[in-house]
Amino acid sequence: MARFIVRRTISAIALLLATSFLVFSFFELIPNYNPARAIAGRNANQTTVDQVAKKFDLDKPFYVQYVHTMKLIFTGQVIDYQNDLNVVDQFKTRFPVTLSLVVPAAMIWLVVSILLGSISALRVGRLTDRLVMVGAIVGVSVPIFLLAALLLYLFAYKLTWFPNTGYTHFGDSPTQWAYHLILPWISIAVLSIGFYSRVLRSNLLDTVNQDYVRTARAKGLSQRRVFRRYVLRNSLMPIVTLFGLDFALLLGGAALVTETVFNLPGIGQFEASAIGNLDVPPILVGAIFTAFFVVLFSAITDVLYAVLDPRVRLTG
Amino acid sequence: MAERLLDVEDLQVAFATEDGLVRAVDGVSFTLDRGEVVAIVGESGSGKSVTAMTLMGLTRGPNSRFGGSARLHGEELITASEDKLQRIRGEEIAMIFQDPISSLSPVHRIGDQIVEQIRAHEKISKAAALDRTVQLMERVGIPRAADRARAYPHEFSGGMRQRAMIAMALSLSPGVLIADEPTTALDVTIQAQILEEIRTLSRESDSGVIFVTHDLGVVADIADRVVVMYSGRVVEQGTLNEIFYDPQHPYTWGLLGSVTRMDREPPHRLPAIPGQPPSLVNAPTGCHFRPRCPHAFDKCGEVPPLESHVNDDPGHLDRCWLDVAEKRTRREVEDGRIGLKANSVAA
Repeated sequence: MARFIVRRTISAIALLLATSFLVFSFFELIPNYNPARAIAGRNANQTTVDQVAKKFDLDKPFYVQYVHTMKLIFTGQVIDYQNDLNVVDQFKTRFPVTLSLVVPAAMIWLVVSILLGSISALRVGRLTDRLVMVGAIVGVSVPIFLLAALLLYLFAYKLTWFPNTGYTHFGDSPTQWAYHLILPWISIAVLSIGFYSRVLRSNLLDTVNQDYVRTARAKGLSQRRVFRRYVLRNSLMPIVTLFGLDFALLLGGAALVTETVFNLPGIGQFEASAIGNLDVPPILVGAIFTAFFVVLFSAITDVLYAVLDPRVRLTG
Repeated sequence: MAERLLDVEDLQVAFATEDGLVRAVDGVSFTLDRGEVVAIVGESGSGKSVTAMTLMGLTRGPNSRFGGSARLHGEELITASEDKLQRIRGEEIAMIFQDPISSLSPVHRIGDQIVEQIRAHEKISKAAALDRTVQLMERVGIPRAADRARAYPHEFSGGMRQRAMIAMALSLSPGVLIADEPTTALDVTIQAQILEEIRTLSRESDSGVIFVTHDLGVVADIADRVVVMYSGRVVEQGTLNEIFYDPQHPYTWGLLGSVTRMDREPPHRLPAIPGQPPSLVNAPTGCHFRPRCPHAFDKCGEVPPLESHVNDDPGHLDRCWLDVAEKRTRREVEDGRIGLKANSVAA
């Protein structure tokens, strides 16, 4: 275990550095990319632009800039070009919003897809199964921006069951917090529900035919127990892998469409505007942030795998 | 007469598939008494495993069709409710499966898997069930059973896994033990030990054993009576001696003829029964063995009944239209050697 942690940590650091360097390099390739001009503003004259470039070290070679920026990031001093605000501080205030959006949505999609996948597999070939699977295909196929807009139009604008947009802190009012987030949760969860329930259904149908399931039935266990303890348990392994990655990406800002449509001040929304403005520091921090979660959750997934399946050995 | 455990009469099992109705079992009858070992012999696809699993209700499903009857202590199993079967499974009929690695759950400890079975049928504490599990594991020859009960199947060797399966099957002293090719996946040396184990333990607990196999060597070793299956039907049944020394059905001759014998001059080639078993969707009319049988004649277009032909012995039955005297001359391919004549097979 100790060896596993050490090896994973080393490779994580390497991966984070590589990611940040790659992302930083991409901006060198963009034609007419001039951050100094972007910072100085549309009406600035050349002298001002040069001053800005000097101030932000933008006149130095790009690898020097990279080292410089990374130093600023890891000392928490990096500021963005758009608003002149500290990027790390903005991440700190925005991350709770993303957490509020992603964690409950993830719980919803896990529970619902396990339910739907199980129902579908237990009723395989019947009407229930077909309806669930058609629903799942629709869920996977609807683009999030469309779904989010539809939900907003229908439930917030037409029926006015839910507030239009915006965010209330959990600390201020947990009910308002949930009230504002229900539609965003649904719009994130639907895609994964569709995908996960289909994957789970096919895993379940494979597992049902395993010899050890037949043994479990031959022991005289109830059908419910056979399903829960043998079929479902062994079918959840691939779901664990999917979930680790999806969850990590969403925490890292991949919920940007939902955050933008519902005007939630989370990481994704911040990243979306940073990308629109070619604002390198937040993009760089965002990339490192996402890579961090991906590495973290792939390690957690591996540990979970070893816990769930005694045949798995942890290797770095 | 020993107590009758199982009475199977004209059992039929069919599965609806896209290609049509697969008649996996089509007229199987046999009985099992306390203390005896009945071997069901046949090649792959002859319906022997389906027969065994049907007795436990393991072939039930939306596409399965059943006919005939199978009674345990006089109680019908084929139409029994799922609740009733659930109680019977593991407690009155237990099964040892072919491949012990895939038949044990890879993610649960061996001991827990046995404890679970005990606790599904008896209201006893986990600790008490575990005690009994360890005793059972010791009884089937697993060393350091108390430690090994905490191990997972992948930490066991093949032979030890099969011993664990046997311990599991015996955990509630079932009257009927079904062993479905329990030694096929094992080394020959381990195979002999496992056979010995099954024989001793069934004798100790005075249960009846149904031993499903395609290996006549194993049959000779363990069986009291033999049921020979071909293409979903019982073609012959009798005591071990009757089947080995006075076989009545040409398929049985073919089976016996294709066994390697160490006590005789080897033939140039090991005789095989020519042709393939028929499809279970479009089986031939009449005797299913007819297309491969060199002795087939007009009458074989009708299904021969499973009847006694030898001295009216009610235990020795076969499905063949030939008369006994003719069978006895036809089955001798050379002096004292039983087989299926290979030269006169119609293509």
